[in-house]
Amino acid sequence: MKAARITADGVYRGALGGAATLVFFVVALIVFETTRGAALSLQKFGLGFLGGTVWDPVAEKFGALPYIYGTLVSSTLALLLAVPLGIGTAVYLAEIAQRRVGAVVSFVIELLAAIPSIVYGIWGFFVLAPWLRHTIEPWLIANFGFLPLFRGYPFGIGMLNAGIVLAIMVVPTIVSISREVLLATPRSLREAALALGATPAEAIGVALGAARPGILGSVILALGRALGETMAVTMVIGNTNRISASILDPGATMASIIANEFTEATSPTYISALIEIALVLFAITIVVNALARLLVLWATGGRRASALA
Amino acid sequence: MNRTLRTLCLVILAALAPAAAMAATALTGAGATFPNPIYSKWFDMYRDKTGIEINYQSIGSGAGIQQIKAGTVDFGASDAALSDARLKEMPRRIIHFPTVGGAVALAYNLPSLRQPLQLTPQLITGIYMGKITTWNDKRIAAVNPGAALPAAPILPVHRSDGSGTTNIFTTYCSAVDGSWKEMVGANTSVSWPAGIGGKGNEGVSGLVRQTQGAIGYIELAYAKQNKLPVASVRNRSGKFIEPSLASTTAAAEGAAPQLAKDVRYPIVNSPAPDAYPICGLTFLLVYQDQKDAAKARALADFIQWAIHDGQSVATSLEYAPLPEPVVKVNEASLRRLTISGKPLLANR
Repeated sequence: MKAARITADGVYRGALGGAATLVFFVVALIVFETTRGAALSLQKFGLGFLGGTVWDPVAEKFGALPYIYGTLVSSTLALLLAVPLGIGTAVYLAEIAQRRVGAVVSFVIELLAAIPSIVYGIWGFFVLAPWLRHTIEPWLIANFGFLPLFRGYPFGIGMLNAGIVLAIMVVPTIVSISREVLLATPRSLREAALALGATPAEAIGVALGAARPGILGSVILALGRALGETMAVTMVIGNTNRISASILDPGATMASIIANEFTEATSPTYISALIEIALVLFAITIVVNALARLLVLWATGGRRASALA
Repeated sequence: MNRTLRTLCLVILAALAPAAAMAATALTGAGATFPNPIYSKWFDMYRDKTGIEINYQSIGSGAGIQQIKAGTVDFGASDAALSDARLKEMPRRIIHFPTVGGAVALAYNLPSLRQPLQLTPQLITGIYMGKITTWNDKRIAAVNPGAALPAAPILPVHRSDGSGTTNIFTTYCSAVDGSWKEMVGANTSVSWPAGIGGKGNEGVSGLVRQTQGAIGYIELAYAKQNKLPVASVRNRSGKFIEPSLASTTAAAEGAAPQLAKDVRYPIVNSPAPDAYPICGLTFLLVYQDQKDAAKARALADFIQWAIHDGQSVATSLEYAPLPEPVVKVNEASLRRLTISGKPLLANR
């Protein structure tokens, strides 16, 4: 009887351990394969690849900086828009709205996550872009054009469009996780706060404080999606490899250049450079995730660092 | 009822025919997306005629070249001919078979313009290099007398994804402008000096349709589908020619002497008087020396059919049919195919 249980436990543990090892193995394989594919480019351009601003398939000179810049800027823009909106929505749904209303609204928001990214891209291109071009961007230029951030020509597509589309795409992630985390914080926290004379807003603040690691976790997941999003961004970012301070100007991201050029890339150096872009994207994702985890650790004073794991 | 019965019979026949007739021979190919509609049509027609199944994956020219190089497919397909350097990398000698032609049109969005826009080669490269930036530029007005050209900025739109269309357009720009050739060059994607990029023909035509003052190069079929106005371009003999299937075939015909020497010769900027200058051919890539006799015969037979009977469906799918001299070039290439060193079509 006891021996049987030990065997069963062993099988159980082995299966779970195997699953975890498999995931690790897949990641290791990805690193290995991309490094191997990028070997030619790594050898040819070295570290200069990261700082290079020329991407010329004819002359076979490749540099990744415009794409690194584009990826970071579009994702930052997306988070700037999505975080307040997402957390605000989550607080409303968890703390203020009636339970039934909250359930219905969050169901609708989660539907957003099921929309294929190509549909977001088409919407950004055919609906959002004309509106930005004719209404929002001329207004930004007229009123805030003195800032380098809003200088330029109202193309309609570009960093701003990509940022907005990405924001809409990542809001469901932030809302649904943050809402769950808020709902999971003990009711007694708010009651205690109210009993001590806090206003309802302050009581929500207390709940938010308790839910902070989970909320940060949702933002990190959202950032992960924004960094790697390909199709929608490719359709609305304008696809130029120029670095511009203005968010109205077109740009490109690492994922978009791969999506754009991989199918028709013919020369070995060209293909290798595109694979190195993938490698850089992988590395940046790791760095950003690590930084985000450190942030959570710092925000929670190490108390609930496991919240993300 | 009668009709239902007949359809049913056809369906059953269609299902049985390939299995019965040519179960052994099936060809696979991979490559260019641009000719995919006509290739699919051809493979359907050819299967109905002969029972030979041809599977084609339209995964892009670059991937098609990779696959024929690796020998995983029986033929490759590419919108751009292989350069000498690329040919050398191939394990064996490759023969190019042009199948159909296509024109690249310059679509624009200028609602105030009543007459069709006329462009010269210098204007096209000037606009795409960012040297000519407004529509009422004197150089544009000079070739469009009396046109209501607005004082609006020009927004040049290019393809962001690597494509045969870009290859044709940049090959043309390189052919007509030395400084373009030096600074930008020709390829499926290039480093663009100006403008913004749209993904695919649909991305470029969408941007042009949405943005006043935009101009973009797209496959002619897309311009027609979207009812976008397209520019007439001055060709080598000084005439302004509208992009059309006939003027594309004329371009291929004008380049026939060079094509007879090397079929990879770009047909852009053709000397023929009625030729539209921005166009190209799309190719099948086949190993000269074949290994499998049955497959080799089927492939040669298919190409023979495609360059003759197959051409009749080209126009209905918005592709330019091959002119007679180019068909002749293909026939000569077919005769050069060998099977393990011996001529394949000797006993014909």
